Amino acid sequence: MIEVTGLTVRFGGVLPIDGVDLTFASGTNGLIGPNGAGKTTFFNVLSGFVRPETGSVRAFGDDLLSIVPFRRARWGLRRTFQTEQAITHMTVYENVLVALENSGGRGRRQNRQRAIDAVVFAGLAEQINDRVGSLGAGERRRVELARAVVGNPRLVLLDEPAAGLPDEETAALVHLIRRIPDEIGALVILVDHDMSLVSASCETTAVLDFGRLIASGVTDEVLHDEHVIRAYLGTEDVA
Amino acid sequence: MLDEEQAVHDENSGARETAAVDDTFATLRQIVTAAVFVLVVLFVLPAVLDYNTFWIRVATGAVIYSTVVLGLGLLYGRVGMVSLYQFILVAMGAWVALRLHFATSWPFPVILLLAGLITGIVGTLIGLPALRLSGLHLALITLMAAGGLTVILTRWQFPNGGGGFYGRAQVAGVASLLPRPSIALGDLAYYRYCIVVTVLLFLLVILHVRGKPGRAWAALRQSQSTAIATGVNTTLYRMWAFALASFATGVAGALLAAAAGGVSSTQFPVQNNITLLAVTLMGGVYSIWGAVVGAFLLRVFPALLDDWGIGTEWLTVLFGIGVIQVLLTAPGGLVEQVPKDLANLGRKIGGLFSRSSAPSPDAAE
Repeated sequence: MIEVTGLTVRFGGVLPIDGVDLTFASGTNGLIGPNGAGKTTFFNVLSGFVRPETGSVRAFGDDLLSIVPFRRARWGLRRTFQTEQAITHMTVYENVLVALENSGGRGRRQNRQRAIDAVVFAGLAEQINDRVGSLGAGERRRVELARAVVGNPRLVLLDEPAAGLPDEETAALVHLIRRIPDEIGALVILVDHDMSLVSASCETTAVLDFGRLIASGVTDEVLHDEHVIRAYLGTEDVA
Repeated sequence: MLDEEQAVHDENSGARETAAVDDTFATLRQIVTAAVFVLVVLFVLPAVLDYNTFWIRVATGAVIYSTVVLGLGLLYGRVGMVSLYQFILVAMGAWVALRLHFATSWPFPVILLLAGLITGIVGTLIGLPALRLSGLHLALITLMAAGGLTVILTRWQFPNGGGGFYGRAQVAGVASLLPRPSIALGDLAYYRYCIVVTVLLFLLVILHVRGKPGRAWAALRQSQSTAIATGVNTTLYRMWAFALASFATGVAGALLAAAAGGVSSTQFPVQNNITLLAVTLMGGVYSIWGAVVGAFLLRVFPALLDDWGIGTEWLTVLFGIGVIQVLLTAPGGLVEQVPKDLANLGRKIGGLFSRSSAPSPDAAE
């Protein structure tokens, strides 16, 4: 359970997040909104890259914002990035291992097995020894995903995980994302522009517009909400 | 959709058995190559040089400086930090070693180790304020630190057995020379001694690069946010890299203090810190072998130019061209470029022959 209360972020005279109260109970949750709505800033607050002006984030009973940023991985927070950030100079396995061993991994043998499990989960078993620099865009996205789920984290933030991917790879990715809550045991928050991705993978969805929360609830209802359609979706047919 | 999910699931359960990690420390080929190389420089090279004292001394310098290049390559290539005071840290290592020797007369290996540790600590402390900086700012700060340390060195001079903190006797002609260990008194023996110490330092660095620190550094090099998101303690690992590079550099300084002629404060001008970066880049920062090539460029190449009667002032020009060439066409340095070019050349020559005998569409590729 993630409870965000009165969250405000200020960049000079701009408020990318303006008094947001938001709760994510469990499962996979979407966070959508037009460009500049504050979605990535919201993730950056949770990751510790941006310090909010006011507000609090309680995550599974802990005050998340009081944890030193790099220690949040050990606490159980993982994320992917809008511009994919798989480490190009390492193999797929090493990419996953680095997240595990710096976030409270255990013995060498156990780390090894857990890293392999995460790589297999992400469907990269055949590429496990490949250098990430030699992989395609879709595979790199999966490397990031494997890195985000290794070691059973509690909260996984996915920032446009399917950006720039062809349809069939997106479909496979949706399938993977939907398996995270049950198989990894993590709460997932997914930021994306792709409505079909959000409606296919998220049980609940929250909508930000100019830093304010304008709707939240069951995904299907939110995507058909008049305010949401007007603010974000325009006249585009959602269904 | 269901079929699709089933297909993906099947694929995964099949994959579970095939996922075999290749995380061996080094391949047999790498070990054999390294071992053969070390044996060649230990025993064959001196013979090739006809046991000529001058060239043995030049080679000793190259061996010693290879760890310095290795340290800078580690900082720049693995962690993404430009440090421009590594060269003056060599002087610091030499100074500490001489000071310790004249104060205590401890055995040579102990002096080496302590010189490395003290240089490691001081080098890291100086780098501490710079840890929040990166890129050009870090380069500038470290270059200024190098300037400051050079001023201190010029003022203090290297200890030569005198009293007081500076250990400096104001007598002309007394060299600041660290006595060699009894097993390596001659130039050839000391050359081999330096190789053994250097191999140990290389192993220490390789252990780091291939282990947990190396992976954390790779995350840091990718980006600060990647490192934090994967739980890497960015400050700790930056300091660690500085400490390791400075340690290796300090040991190199101590070795240099016992090399022929000892050390003098005029040997460490500030601009050499930039030359060091140039040869490090030219050698190649992503490979351990780059340090060997870089050290060759730094110590042997100038001696060769001199031997051929070409003025060493051409060195700056040649290094300038070399750096531009590497930055434009081979970010991995000569150590990556030369084998690739040789392979290409081989393929072209091979293609020429195969085309003349049996023209095939594949040969055109």
